[in-house]
Amino acid sequence: MTKIEAIIQPLKLDAVKTALIEAGIEGITILEARGHGRQKGHTEFYRGREYTIDLLPKVKLEIVIPDDLRERVVQTILGAARTGHIGDGKIFISRVDDAIRIRNDERGEAAL
Amino acid sequence: MRRRTILLLFLPAIAALPALAQSPASAPATQAQIAALQQAVRHAQLAGDNAWVLISAALVLLMTGPGLTLFYGGLVRRKNILGTMMQSFAMMGLITILWAVVGYSLAFGHGNSFIGGFQHLFLRGVGLKPNPHYAPTIPAQTFMVYQLMFAIITPALITGAFAERVKFSAMAVFLCLWSLVVYCPMAHMIWGAGGILNVAGGRWPCLDFAGGTVVHVTSGVSALVCALYLGKRIGYPHDEMMPHSMVLSFIGACLLWVGWFGFNAGSALSAGPLATSAFINTQFAAAAAAFTWTMAEWLINGKPTALGAISGAVAGLATITQAAGFVQPMSALLIGAIAGLVCPFMVFKVKKFFGYDDSLDAFGVHGVGGTIGALLTGLFASGAINAVFGKNAAGLPRPTGAIGGNWHQVLNQAIAMGIGWALAIVGTLVLLFAVDKTIGLRLSPADEAAGLDLTQHGEEGYEFVP
Repeated sequence: MTKIEAIIQPLKLDAVKTALIEAGIEGITILEARGHGRQKGHTEFYRGREYTIDLLPKVKLEIVIPDDLRERVVQTILGAARTGHIGDGKIFISRVDDAIRIRNDERGEAAL
Repeated sequence: MRRRTILLLFLPAIAALPALAQSPASAPATQAQIAALQQAVRHAQLAGDNAWVLISAALVLLMTGPGLTLFYGGLVRRKNILGTMMQSFAMMGLITILWAVVGYSLAFGHGNSFIGGFQHLFLRGVGLKPNPHYAPTIPAQTFMVYQLMFAIITPALITGAFAERVKFSAMAVFLCLWSLVVYCPMAHMIWGAGGILNVAGGRWPCLDFAGGTVVHVTSGVSALVCALYLGKRIGYPHDEMMPHSMVLSFIGACLLWVGWFGFNAGSALSAGPLATSAFINTQFAAAAAAFTWTMAEWLINGKPTALGAISGAVAGLATITQAAGFVQPMSALLIGAIAGLVCPFMVFKVKKFFGYDDSLDAFGVHGVGGTIGALLTGLFASGAINAVFGKNAAGLPRPTGAIGGNWHQVLNQAIAMGIGWALAIVGTLVLLFAVDKTIGLRLSPADEAAGLDLTQHGEEGYEFVP
C-alpha cells in the first residue's frame, strides 16, 4: 500500500477532490495546514505595524491506496492542483505497512 | 419641548370648554382641571424621557459587553481571549455592586468640590422621583443606573493597556479601587452638584457632555501609566502578536459605535432636540474619523485596513464624546477628521518611539481622543446648540465656545483635562504600587506564555473538541 500526502493551495482543494473522485479514489483525509517551502510569505499591517507572515495557509491531503493506483493518483493531483506559480505545493509518497478498519478488524487493502 | 408648547397653547381652550358649558361660577373646578392637565403633561414628558434614558442605559452596557469584550478579545492572541473578555465582563458585575453600595454616592452625592458625600450610601434617598439637581424629568434611579453604565465601561477601557499579562485577581482589585479613587471624584468634579469643574457654578466650568474627560481622559491616561508600570509583554516588540480574530474585533467595534448613541445622545437625559444634536454629532464624528484614519493608513502603508477603519471610528467616537451636545454638526465632522489623524499618529509613531506596550492602544485611542476632544469642545461649542451658560439681556444664548467668542472656555477645558490627567496619573500609580506589593500584578513568565485562559480561568476560548 502507498500513502500519498499532497500539500496544495487551499483554492485548489475542490478541483483536486473532484478529480480524485472521478479517478475512482474513495477515501481521502483533508487537513488545514500552514507552512512554507521556497515560497516567501507576505506582509500584513495592524495599527501601522508590519508583520511578516511566512507560514501560509495550505491544505494537506492524505490518501492511502493500493500500489497499482499510485501513478494515476499522482497524475490526477498534478493535473488538478497545478497553477504554475510558486507555492503550488508538493507531493510525498511513502510505503504503508498495514491498514485496519476499526469497525470490523479488516486488514490490508480490504480496509482501504 | 415642542409637544409641551403645543399642549400649553391649547390648555386655556381646553380648560375653557367645561367652564362655558357650566356656570361661570365654578372656578375651583376649572383650577382642578388645569392642575390635572399639567400633571398629565408632566407624566407624558417623564414617560418619553424615561424611555429614552433607560434604552440609552442598556445601549451603554452593550458597549462593554459584548462591544468592548469582542473588540479587545479579537485583538489579543487566541490563548488570551477569555481572560481579556472576562476583564471587561468582571467590571459589569463588580462595579455594579460598588456603585450600589458607595460609588454613586461618592460621584453624585452632595459632598465638597472634589468628591460626593455618603448620604446616598446603599442608594439611600435615590428613589423614583426625579432629582432636580441632575435630571428633572426622569426618576432618580434611572439617572443612577444610566451613570452606572459609564462607571462600568471606564475601567473596562483600561484593560486594553495591560492585556495578556496581568493576574485576574490583581486586575479586579486594582480596577475596583480605581473606580472609587479616580472615576468617582472625576465624575463628581465635572458632573456632581457643587463640583469644582461643574458647568453650572463650578470654579472652572467645564463642558463635558458625555464624559470625554470623565471617561476617556481618565481611562486612557491610566492605561498609559499601567503600560509603563507593568512593562512590556514577554517578546514585545520582536515576537509577532497579531490580532487573532479581526472578525470579532470588527463586530465589537460596530457594537461600540451603535452603543455610543446611548452614551452620547442619552447624556441629554431627555428625549428632546438636544438628544438629536448629540446623536448626529456622534454619527458624523465617527464617520469622519474612520475616513481620515483609513486614508492616512492607505497613503502611508499602501492599504486601507479593516483595523484602521474601526479604530478610526472608535477614536472619533471617543473624541466627540465631550462635545456631542455642544457643537454644530459640521464641527463634529471636523472634530472627527482631526481625531482620525492625531490618534493614528500616536499609535503608529509615538508609541513606537517611546517603546511602551499599550497593547490594544487604550491610551492612543481613548486618552488622546479624550484629550483633544476636551480642547476642541472649548473651541467649537456653540450656544445655539446648547445654551448652557444662559441667555443675555437680548434673549440670545451666551457664547459657550471660542467660535462664539468665549476663548476663556478653552482654558477651562484645559484645566479640567489637566486635573483629569493629574488625578489619573497619581491615583493609578499609587493603586498599582499598592496592589503590586500585596497581590502582585504580573503573571509569572510561564503563566504568561501559557495564556490567561488556561492559567487564570481554567478554560479555553477554542477547545479542540467536536
